[in-house]
Amino acid sequence: MVDSTMMLSSLWDLLPVRDPAFFDIILLSLKVTLTAVGAAGLIGLPVGAALALGRFPGRPILIVIINAFMGLPPVVAGLAVFLLLSRSGPLGQFGLLFSPAAMMVAQFGLVLPIIIALSRQTIEDLWLEYREQLTSMGAGRLRAIPTLLWDARFSLVTSLLAGLGRAFAEVGAILIVGGNVAGFTRTMTTAIALETSKGDLPLALGLGAVLMALTLVINALAFAVSRLGARFAG
Amino acid sequence: MSDQPSILPLAIEGLSYEIGGCRLVGVDRALITKGRRTVVLGPNGAGKTLFLKLCHGLIAPSQGTVAFAGGIKPAARRQAMVLQRPVLLRRSVAGNLRHALAVAGFGYLERRRRTVRMLDQFGLADLSDRPARVLSGGEQQRLAIARAVSVEPELLFLDEPASGLDPSATRQIEEILLGLHADGLTWVMTTHDLAQARRLADDILFFHAGRLIEAAPADRFFAEPDTDAARAFLESRLFW
Repeated sequence: MVDSTMMLSSLWDLLPVRDPAFFDIILLSLKVTLTAVGAAGLIGLPVGAALALGRFPGRPILIVIINAFMGLPPVVAGLAVFLLLSRSGPLGQFGLLFSPAAMMVAQFGLVLPIIIALSRQTIEDLWLEYREQLTSMGAGRLRAIPTLLWDARFSLVTSLLAGLGRAFAEVGAILIVGGNVAGFTRTMTTAIALETSKGDLPLALGLGAVLMALTLVINALAFAVSRLGARFAG
Repeated sequence: MSDQPSILPLAIEGLSYEIGGCRLVGVDRALITKGRRTVVLGPNGAGKTLFLKLCHGLIAPSQGTVAFAGGIKPAARRQAMVLQRPVLLRRSVAGNLRHALAVAGFGYLERRRRTVRMLDQFGLADLSDRPARVLSGGEQQRLAIARAVSVEPELLFLDEPASGLDPSATRQIEEILLGLHADGLTWVMTTHDLAQARRLADDILFFHAGRLIEAAPADRFFAEPDTDAARAFLESRLFW
Protein backbone atom coordinates (compact mmCIF):
# COMPACT_ATOMS: atom_id res chain seq x y z
CA MET A 1 0.00 0.00 0.00
CA VAL A 2 1.16 3.46 -0.80
CA ASP A 3 -0.34 6.30 1.14
CA SER A 4 -1.49 9.24 -0.88
CA THR A 5 0.69 11.96 0.64
CA MET A 6 3.73 9.87 -0.10
CA MET A 7 2.48 9.40 -3.63
CA LEU A 8 2.10 13.12 -4.10
CA SER A 9 5.46 14.02 -2.60
CA SER A 10 7.31 11.37 -4.56
CA LEU A 11 5.54 12.62 -7.64
CA TRP A 12 6.75 16.10 -6.90
CA ASP A 13 10.28 14.90 -6.16
CA LEU A 14 10.39 12.84 -9.28
CA LEU A 15 9.13 15.30 -11.84
CA PRO A 16 12.38 17.28 -12.12
CA VAL A 17 15.84 16.14 -13.04
CA ARG A 18 16.51 13.33 -10.61
CA ASP A 19 15.90 10.56 -13.12
CA PRO A 20 17.66 11.34 -16.39
CA ALA A 21 15.50 8.77 -18.18
CA PHE A 22 12.43 10.81 -17.31
CA PHE A 23 12.98 13.55 -19.86
CA ASP A 24 14.27 11.20 -22.52
CA ILE A 25 11.06 9.24 -22.24
CA ILE A 26 8.90 12.36 -22.51
CA LEU A 27 10.91 13.66 -25.44
CA LEU A 28 10.68 10.40 -27.32
CA SER A 29 6.93 10.26 -26.72
CA LEU A 30 6.53 13.75 -28.10
CA LYS A 31 8.75 13.03 -31.09
CA VAL A 32 7.02 9.79 -32.05
CA THR A 33 3.47 11.04 -31.62
CA LEU A 34 3.93 14.49 -33.14
CA THR A 35 5.66 13.02 -36.18
CA ALA A 36 3.01 10.34 -36.62
CA VAL A 37 0.11 12.78 -36.26
CA GLY A 38 1.84 15.39 -38.42
CA ALA A 39 2.29 12.92 -41.24
CA ALA A 40 -1.23 11.56 -40.80
CA GLY A 41 -2.58 15.12 -40.99
CA LEU A 42 -0.56 15.95 -44.07
CA ILE A 43 -2.00 12.95 -45.85
CA GLY A 44 -5.32 12.53 -44.06
CA LEU A 45 -6.72 16.04 -44.54
CA PRO A 46 -6.47 16.17 -48.34
CA VAL A 47 -7.53 12.53 -48.62
CA GLY A 48 -10.53 13.26 -46.38
CA ALA A 49 -11.42 16.25 -48.55
CA ALA A 50 -11.03 14.23 -51.74
CA LEU A 51 -13.22 11.51 -50.27
CA ALA A 52 -15.83 14.13 -49.36
CA LEU A 53 -15.97 15.58 -52.87
CA GLY A 54 -15.02 12.60 -54.98
CA ARG A 55 -17.47 10.61 -57.05
CA PHE A 56 -16.37 7.08 -57.78
CA PRO A 57 -17.81 3.58 -57.49
CA GLY A 58 -17.29 1.99 -54.09
CA ARG A 59 -17.14 5.34 -52.29
CA PRO A 60 -19.78 4.44 -49.66
CA ILE A 61 -18.02 1.16 -48.87
CA LEU A 62 -14.69 2.96 -48.54
CA ILE A 63 -16.25 5.49 -46.16
CA VAL A 64 -17.72 2.72 -43.99
CA ILE A 65 -14.39 0.90 -43.88
CA ILE A 66 -12.46 4.02 -42.90
CA ASN A 67 -15.05 4.88 -40.27
CA ALA A 68 -14.70 1.35 -38.89
CA PHE A 69 -10.92 1.73 -38.73
CA MET A 70 -11.37 4.66 -36.35
CA GLY A 71 -12.07 2.06 -33.71
CA LEU A 72 -9.14 -0.17 -34.66
CA PRO A 73 -7.75 -1.77 -31.47
CA PRO A 74 -4.18 -0.50 -31.04
CA VAL A 75 -2.83 -4.00 -30.38
CA VAL A 76 -4.21 -5.15 -33.71
CA ALA A 77 -2.61 -2.18 -35.47
CA GLY A 78 0.62 -3.05 -33.67
CA LEU A 79 0.38 -6.67 -34.77
CA ALA A 80 -0.19 -5.63 -38.38
CA VAL A 81 2.80 -3.27 -38.38
CA PHE A 82 4.85 -5.94 -36.61
CA LEU A 83 4.12 -8.45 -39.38
CA LEU A 84 4.84 -5.80 -41.98
CA LEU A 85 8.21 -4.83 -40.53
CA SER A 86 9.44 -8.16 -39.13
CA ARG A 87 12.48 -9.79 -40.78
CA SER A 88 10.37 -12.01 -43.02
CA GLY A 89 7.71 -9.38 -43.65
CA PRO A 90 7.32 -7.37 -46.87
CA LEU A 91 9.21 -4.39 -45.41
CA GLY A 92 11.58 -6.49 -43.30
CA GLN A 93 14.68 -5.53 -45.28
CA PHE A 94 14.69 -2.05 -43.78
CA GLY A 95 15.20 -3.43 -40.27
CA LEU A 96 12.76 -0.95 -38.74
CA LEU A 97 11.21 -3.20 -36.15
CA PHE A 98 11.86 -2.16 -32.52
CA SER A 99 12.83 1.36 -33.52
CA PRO A 100 11.15 4.76 -33.04
CA ALA A 101 10.39 4.69 -36.77
CA ALA A 102 8.32 1.55 -36.33
CA MET A 103 6.35 3.23 -33.55
CA MET A 104 5.71 6.22 -35.77
CA VAL A 105 4.42 3.92 -38.51
CA ALA A 106 2.09 2.16 -36.07
CA GLN A 107 0.69 5.40 -34.66
CA PHE A 108 0.38 6.83 -38.14
CA GLY A 109 -1.76 3.84 -39.06
CA LEU A 110 -3.91 4.34 -35.98
CA VAL A 111 -4.45 8.06 -36.40
CA LEU A 112 -4.83 8.25 -40.19
CA PRO A 113 -8.35 6.74 -40.30
CA ILE A 114 -9.47 9.12 -37.55
CA ILE A 115 -8.24 12.15 -39.41
CA ILE A 116 -9.59 11.00 -42.77
CA ALA A 117 -13.00 10.11 -41.36
CA LEU A 118 -13.44 13.28 -39.30
CA SER A 119 -12.22 15.61 -42.04
CA ARG A 120 -14.34 13.80 -44.64
CA GLN A 121 -17.45 14.48 -42.57
CA THR A 122 -16.49 18.11 -41.90
CA ILE A 123 -15.63 18.88 -45.52
CA GLU A 124 -18.72 17.16 -46.86
CA ASP A 125 -20.98 19.24 -44.63
CA LEU A 126 -19.21 22.42 -45.66
CA TRP A 127 -19.36 21.50 -49.35
CA LEU A 128 -23.11 21.14 -49.03
CA GLU A 129 -23.22 24.73 -47.85
CA TYR A 130 -20.64 26.16 -50.29
CA ARG A 131 -21.34 24.12 -53.38
CA GLU A 132 -23.64 26.45 -55.26
CA GLN A 133 -21.60 29.52 -54.41
CA LEU A 134 -18.27 28.01 -55.42
CA THR A 135 -19.72 26.56 -58.61
CA SER A 136 -21.11 29.97 -59.49
CA MET A 137 -17.66 31.49 -58.99
CA GLY A 138 -16.21 28.98 -61.41
CA ALA A 139 -14.52 26.69 -58.90
CA GLY A 140 -14.85 23.01 -59.73
CA ARG A 141 -14.57 20.24 -57.19
CA LEU A 142 -10.79 20.12 -57.42
CA ARG A 143 -10.43 23.87 -56.92
CA ALA A 144 -12.93 23.69 -54.06
CA ILE A 145 -10.70 21.39 -51.99
CA PRO A 146 -8.18 24.02 -50.80
CA THR A 147 -11.00 26.51 -50.20
CA LEU A 148 -12.91 24.01 -48.08
CA LEU A 149 -9.81 22.87 -46.19
CA TRP A 150 -9.05 26.47 -45.23
CA ASP A 151 -12.63 27.38 -44.34
CA ALA A 152 -12.96 24.25 -42.20
CA ARG A 153 -9.61 24.97 -40.54
CA PHE A 154 -10.94 25.24 -37.00
CA SER A 155 -12.88 21.98 -37.13
CA LEU A 156 -9.96 20.27 -38.82
CA VAL A 157 -7.53 21.34 -36.12
CA THR A 158 -9.93 19.79 -33.65
CA SER A 159 -9.79 16.48 -35.52
CA LEU A 160 -5.99 16.68 -35.53
CA LEU A 161 -6.11 17.17 -31.77
CA ALA A 162 -8.41 14.18 -31.45
CA GLY A 163 -5.79 12.13 -33.29
CA LEU A 164 -3.09 13.55 -31.06
CA GLY A 165 -4.98 12.61 -27.92
CA ARG A 166 -5.46 9.06 -29.13
CA ALA A 167 -1.81 8.66 -30.13
CA PHE A 168 -0.40 10.01 -26.86
CA ALA A 169 -2.58 7.74 -24.77
CA GLU A 170 -1.98 4.65 -26.86
CA VAL A 171 0.22 1.85 -25.54
CA GLY A 172 -0.62 -1.43 -27.30
CA ALA A 173 0.70 -0.68 -30.76
CA ILE A 174 3.99 0.96 -29.79
CA LEU A 175 4.68 -1.68 -27.17
CA ILE A 176 4.48 -4.40 -29.82
CA VAL A 177 6.49 -2.72 -32.57
CA GLY A 178 8.81 -0.64 -30.36
CA GLY A 179 9.61 -3.28 -27.82
CA ASN A 180 9.91 -0.79 -24.92
CA VAL A 181 13.71 -0.76 -25.14
CA ALA A 182 15.13 1.50 -22.41
CA GLY A 183 16.57 4.73 -23.77
CA PHE A 184 15.56 3.85 -27.31
CA THR A 185 11.88 3.03 -27.70
CA ARG A 186 10.57 3.60 -24.20
CA THR A 187 7.73 6.14 -24.22
CA MET A 188 5.53 7.48 -21.45
CA THR A 189 2.80 4.90 -21.84
CA THR A 190 5.07 1.89 -22.28
CA ALA A 191 7.22 3.04 -19.37
CA ILE A 192 4.17 3.39 -17.14
CA ALA A 193 3.04 -0.12 -18.07
CA LEU A 194 6.48 -1.54 -17.32
CA GLU A 195 7.29 0.46 -14.17
CA THR A 196 3.90 -0.32 -12.66
CA SER A 197 4.39 -4.04 -13.09
CA LYS A 198 7.93 -3.71 -11.76
CA GLY A 199 6.61 -1.83 -8.76
CA ASP A 200 8.45 1.45 -9.45
CA LEU A 201 5.36 3.48 -8.82
CA PRO A 202 6.99 6.93 -8.44
CA LEU A 203 8.33 6.98 -12.00
CA ALA A 204 5.04 5.59 -13.31
CA LEU A 205 3.13 8.26 -11.39
CA GLY A 206 5.40 11.04 -12.58
CA LEU A 207 4.95 10.03 -16.18
CA GLY A 208 1.24 9.58 -15.62
CA ALA A 209 1.00 13.12 -14.34
CA VAL A 210 2.80 14.47 -17.39
CA LEU A 211 0.52 12.47 -19.64
CA MET A 212 -2.55 13.85 -17.89
CA ALA A 213 -1.22 17.37 -18.15
CA LEU A 214 -0.63 16.86 -21.85
CA THR A 215 -4.18 15.59 -22.34
CA LEU A 216 -5.45 18.62 -20.48
CA VAL A 217 -3.46 20.95 -22.71
CA ILE A 218 -4.72 19.23 -25.86
CA ASN A 219 -8.31 19.57 -24.74
CA ALA A 220 -7.85 23.18 -23.73
CA LEU A 221 -6.40 23.85 -27.16
CA ALA A 222 -9.35 22.12 -28.84
CA PHE A 223 -11.73 24.24 -26.82
CA ALA A 224 -9.90 27.46 -27.62
CA VAL A 225 -9.78 26.62 -31.32
CA SER A 226 -13.49 25.93 -31.51
CA ARG A 227 -14.22 29.22 -29.71
CA LEU A 228 -12.02 31.01 -32.21
CA GLY A 229 -13.76 29.22 -35.07
CA ALA A 230 -17.17 30.33 -33.86
CA ARG A 231 -16.10 33.93 -34.33
CA PHE A 232 -15.37 33.37 -37.99
CA ALA A 233 -18.36 31.13 -38.66
CA GLY A 234 -20.71 33.95 -37.61
CA MET B 1 -11.41 42.53 -70.86
CA SER B 2 -13.05 45.03 -73.17
CA ASP B 3 -10.89 43.84 -76.02
CA GLN B 4 -12.70 40.53 -76.03
CA PRO B 5 -15.87 40.15 -78.12
CA SER B 6 -19.02 40.79 -76.13
CA ILE B 7 -20.93 37.84 -74.73
CA LEU B 8 -24.16 39.82 -75.15
CA PRO B 9 -26.91 39.66 -76.20
CA LEU B 10 -27.86 36.52 -74.34
CA ALA B 11 -30.52 34.62 -76.29
CA ILE B 12 -32.81 32.14 -74.57
CA GLU B 13 -34.81 29.80 -76.81
CA GLY B 14 -37.33 27.09 -76.04
CA LEU B 15 -36.01 26.81 -72.52
CA SER B 16 -37.59 24.43 -70.09
CA TYR B 17 -36.54 22.94 -66.79
CA GLU B 18 -38.30 19.87 -65.49
CA ILE B 19 -38.00 17.70 -62.43
CA GLY B 20 -39.71 14.34 -62.51
CA GLY B 21 -41.80 15.30 -65.54
CA CYS B 22 -43.06 18.43 -63.80
CA ARG B 23 -42.20 21.59 -65.69
CA LEU B 24 -40.94 24.28 -63.35
CA VAL B 25 -39.76 26.88 -65.85
CA GLY B 26 -40.74 27.50 -69.46
CA VAL B 27 -39.42 30.32 -71.61
CA ASP B 28 -40.18 30.33 -75.34
CA ARG B 29 -37.88 33.19 -76.19
CA ALA B 30 -36.10 35.95 -74.33
CA LEU B 31 -33.24 38.30 -74.98
CA ILE B 32 -30.88 39.94 -72.49
CA THR B 33 -29.58 43.04 -74.22
CA LYS B 34 -26.30 44.79 -73.56
CA GLY B 35 -26.61 47.94 -71.53
CA ARG B 36 -30.23 47.33 -70.52
CA ARG B 37 -31.30 46.89 -66.92
CA THR B 38 -33.44 43.78 -67.03
CA VAL B 39 -35.75 43.04 -64.13
CA VAL B 40 -37.29 39.61 -63.82
CA LEU B 41 -40.59 40.25 -62.11
CA GLY B 42 -43.22 37.96 -60.70
CA PRO B 43 -44.72 36.58 -57.51
CA ASN B 44 -42.99 34.03 -55.29
CA GLY B 45 -42.72 30.65 -56.94
CA ALA B 46 -43.02 32.04 -60.46
CA GLY B 47 -39.73 30.51 -61.51
CA LYS B 48 -37.57 33.66 -61.36
CA THR B 49 -34.72 32.10 -59.41
CA LEU B 50 -34.61 28.98 -61.57
CA PHE B 51 -34.62 31.15 -64.70
CA LEU B 52 -31.63 33.09 -63.39
CA LYS B 53 -29.75 29.93 -62.45
CA LEU B 54 -30.44 28.48 -65.90
CA CYS B 55 -29.06 31.62 -67.56
CA HIS B 56 -26.04 31.67 -65.27
CA GLY B 57 -25.40 27.99 -65.94
CA LEU B 58 -25.74 26.74 -62.37
CA ILE B 59 -28.33 24.23 -63.53
CA ALA B 60 -28.72 22.66 -66.94
CA PRO B 61 -31.97 23.06 -68.88
CA SER B 62 -34.05 20.00 -69.71
CA GLN B 63 -34.65 21.47 -73.12
CA GLY B 64 -33.73 24.58 -75.05
CA THR B 65 -30.68 26.78 -75.17
CA VAL B 66 -29.08 29.67 -73.38
CA ALA B 67 -26.73 31.14 -75.96
CA PHE B 68 -24.23 33.93 -75.50
CA ALA B 69 -23.38 36.09 -78.50
CA GLY B 70 -21.24 34.43 -81.12
CA GLY B 71 -21.90 31.04 -79.60
CA ILE B 72 -19.02 31.45 -77.15
CA LYS B 73 -19.12 29.64 -73.88
CA PRO B 74 -17.78 32.41 -71.70
CA ALA B 75 -15.26 31.89 -68.96
CA ALA B 76 -16.88 31.85 -65.55
CA ARG B 77 -15.59 35.30 -64.73
CA ARG B 78 -17.35 37.00 -67.64
CA GLN B 79 -20.77 36.48 -66.14
CA ALA B 80 -21.30 36.33 -62.42
CA MET B 81 -24.19 35.84 -60.07
CA VAL B 82 -25.18 37.05 -56.62
CA LEU B 83 -27.27 34.29 -55.11
CA GLN B 84 -30.38 35.05 -53.12
CA ARG B 85 -28.60 33.94 -49.98
CA PRO B 86 -24.96 34.54 -50.86
CA VAL B 87 -22.56 32.25 -49.02
CA LEU B 88 -19.74 34.30 -47.56
CA LEU B 89 -16.64 32.31 -46.75
CA ARG B 90 -15.35 31.93 -43.20
CA ARG B 91 -12.68 34.54 -43.78
CA SER B 92 -12.25 38.25 -43.48
CA VAL B 93 -14.04 40.68 -45.80
CA ALA B 94 -10.83 41.20 -47.79
CA GLY B 95 -10.20 37.45 -47.72
CA ASN B 96 -13.51 36.84 -49.45
CA LEU B 97 -12.58 39.22 -52.25
CA ARG B 98 -9.08 37.77 -52.62
CA HIS B 99 -10.48 34.27 -52.80
CA ALA B 100 -12.94 35.12 -55.57
CA LEU B 101 -10.14 36.78 -57.53
CA ALA B 102 -7.87 33.78 -57.02
CA VAL B 103 -10.55 31.40 -58.27
CA ALA B 104 -10.95 33.62 -61.33
CA GLY B 105 -7.24 33.21 -61.97
CA PHE B 106 -5.83 36.64 -61.13
CA GLY B 107 -2.22 36.88 -59.97
CA TYR B 108 -1.11 37.99 -56.53
CA LEU B 109 -0.52 41.68 -57.26
CA GLU B 110 -3.69 42.05 -59.28
CA ARG B 111 -5.65 40.40 -56.46
CA ARG B 112 -4.31 42.88 -53.95
CA ARG B 113 -4.92 45.84 -56.21
CA ARG B 114 -8.50 44.89 -57.00
CA THR B 115 -9.29 43.98 -53.41
CA VAL B 116 -8.32 47.46 -52.24
CA ARG B 117 -10.31 49.04 -55.04
CA MET B 118 -13.43 46.99 -54.29
CA LEU B 119 -13.22 47.72 -50.56
CA ASP B 120 -13.14 51.45 -51.32
CA GLN B 121 -15.78 51.39 -54.01
CA PHE B 122 -18.26 49.48 -51.84
CA GLY B 123 -17.60 51.31 -48.60
CA LEU B 124 -16.10 48.24 -46.94
CA ALA B 125 -12.59 49.57 -46.31
CA ASP B 126 -13.14 49.94 -42.55
CA LEU B 127 -14.49 46.40 -42.35
CA SER B 128 -11.70 44.84 -44.36
CA ASP B 129 -10.31 42.64 -41.55
CA ARG B 130 -13.67 41.73 -40.01
CA PRO B 131 -14.89 38.14 -40.33
CA ALA B 132 -17.35 38.38 -43.24
CA ARG B 133 -20.05 36.40 -41.52
CA VAL B 134 -20.51 38.78 -38.63
CA LEU B 135 -21.35 41.74 -40.89
CA SER B 136 -24.87 43.14 -40.94
CA GLY B 137 -27.26 42.00 -43.66
CA GLY B 138 -26.71 45.12 -45.75
CA GLU B 139 -22.93 44.90 -45.43
CA GLN B 140 -22.99 41.22 -46.33
CA GLN B 141 -25.02 41.97 -49.43
CA ARG B 142 -22.63 44.74 -50.44
CA LEU B 143 -19.71 42.36 -50.00
CA ALA B 144 -21.50 39.71 -52.05
CA ILE B 145 -21.98 42.20 -54.89
CA ALA B 146 -18.42 43.48 -54.57
CA ARG B 147 -17.15 39.91 -54.74
CA ALA B 148 -19.19 39.18 -57.85
CA VAL B 149 -18.10 42.32 -59.73
CA SER B 150 -14.46 42.14 -58.55
CA VAL B 151 -13.70 39.82 -61.47
CA GLU B 152 -15.16 42.42 -63.86
CA PRO B 153 -17.93 40.42 -65.43
CA GLU B 154 -19.76 41.81 -68.41
CA LEU B 155 -23.05 40.42 -67.19
CA LEU B 156 -24.24 40.11 -63.60
CA PHE B 157 -27.23 38.16 -62.34
CA LEU B 158 -28.70 39.16 -58.99
CA ASP B 159 -31.38 37.13 -57.26
CA GLU B 160 -33.50 39.35 -55.00
CA PRO B 161 -30.48 41.47 -54.07
CA ALA B 162 -32.41 43.58 -51.56
CA SER B 163 -34.67 40.98 -49.99
CA GLY B 164 -34.76 41.19 -46.25
CA LEU B 165 -32.97 44.53 -46.08
CA ASP B 166 -34.30 47.67 -44.43
CA PRO B 167 -35.26 50.66 -46.62
CA SER B 168 -31.93 52.46 -46.31
CA ALA B 169 -29.87 49.36 -47.04
CA THR B 170 -32.20 48.64 -49.95
CA ARG B 171 -31.62 52.12 -51.31
CA GLN B 172 -27.89 51.65 -50.93
CA ILE B 173 -28.03 48.44 -52.96
CA GLU B 174 -30.16 50.10 -55.64
CA GLU B 175 -27.73 52.98 -55.91
CA ILE B 176 -24.85 50.54 -56.25
CA LEU B 177 -26.71 48.76 -59.04
CA LEU B 178 -27.43 52.00 -60.88
CA GLY B 179 -23.79 53.00 -60.48
CA LEU B 180 -22.56 49.68 -61.84
CA HIS B 181 -24.88 50.06 -64.81
CA ALA B 182 -23.54 53.55 -65.46
CA ASP B 183 -20.03 52.05 -65.46
CA GLY B 184 -21.03 49.71 -68.26
CA LEU B 185 -22.12 46.56 -66.44
CA THR B 186 -25.22 44.83 -67.78
CA TRP B 187 -27.27 43.21 -65.06
CA VAL B 188 -30.35 41.08 -64.67
CA MET B 189 -32.10 40.99 -61.33
CA THR B 190 -35.16 39.30 -59.94
CA THR B 191 -37.60 40.95 -57.60
CA HIS B 192 -41.17 40.61 -56.46
CA ASP B 193 -41.14 44.23 -55.34
CA LEU B 194 -43.13 46.33 -57.80
CA ALA B 195 -41.85 49.66 -56.61
CA GLN B 196 -38.27 48.46 -56.93
CA ALA B 197 -38.94 47.20 -60.44
CA ARG B 198 -40.34 50.62 -61.39
CA ARG B 199 -37.27 52.35 -59.99
CA LEU B 200 -34.70 50.14 -61.67
CA ALA B 201 -36.00 48.47 -64.81
CA ASP B 202 -35.42 49.22 -68.48
CA ASP B 203 -36.87 45.89 -69.52
CA ILE B 204 -39.28 43.63 -67.70
CA LEU B 205 -39.50 39.88 -67.95
CA PHE B 206 -42.72 38.93 -66.21
CA PHE B 207 -43.05 35.40 -64.91
CA HIS B 208 -46.20 33.71 -63.80
CA ALA B 209 -46.58 30.10 -62.67
CA GLY B 210 -43.24 29.08 -64.12
CA ARG B 211 -43.71 30.70 -67.52
CA LEU B 212 -42.35 33.87 -69.02
CA ILE B 213 -45.59 35.43 -70.15
CA GLU B 214 -44.57 39.00 -70.87
CA ALA B 215 -41.36 40.64 -72.04
CA ALA B 216 -41.54 44.36 -72.64
CA PRO B 217 -39.83 47.67 -72.01
CA ALA B 218 -40.62 48.78 -68.48
CA ASP B 219 -42.66 51.89 -69.34
CA ARG B 220 -44.92 49.94 -71.65
CA PHE B 221 -45.28 47.05 -69.22
CA PHE B 222 -46.32 49.29 -66.36
CA ALA B 223 -48.63 51.43 -68.53
CA GLU B 224 -50.47 48.70 -70.37
CA PRO B 225 -49.62 45.09 -69.58
CA ASP B 226 -50.78 42.56 -72.14
CA THR B 227 -51.86 39.76 -69.84
CA ASP B 228 -54.43 39.42 -67.11
CA ALA B 229 -51.84 37.92 -64.79
CA ALA B 230 -49.58 40.94 -65.14
CA ARG B 231 -52.48 43.32 -64.66
CA ALA B 232 -53.49 41.47 -61.53
CA PHE B 233 -49.91 41.55 -60.23
CA LEU B 234 -49.63 45.29 -60.87
CA GLU B 235 -52.86 45.87 -59.00
CA SER B 236 -51.78 43.46 -56.26
CA ARG B 237 -54.83 41.34 -56.88
CA LEU B 238 -54.82 37.61 -56.41
CA PHE B 239 -54.68 35.75 -59.68
CA TRP B 240 -54.66 32.00 -59.95
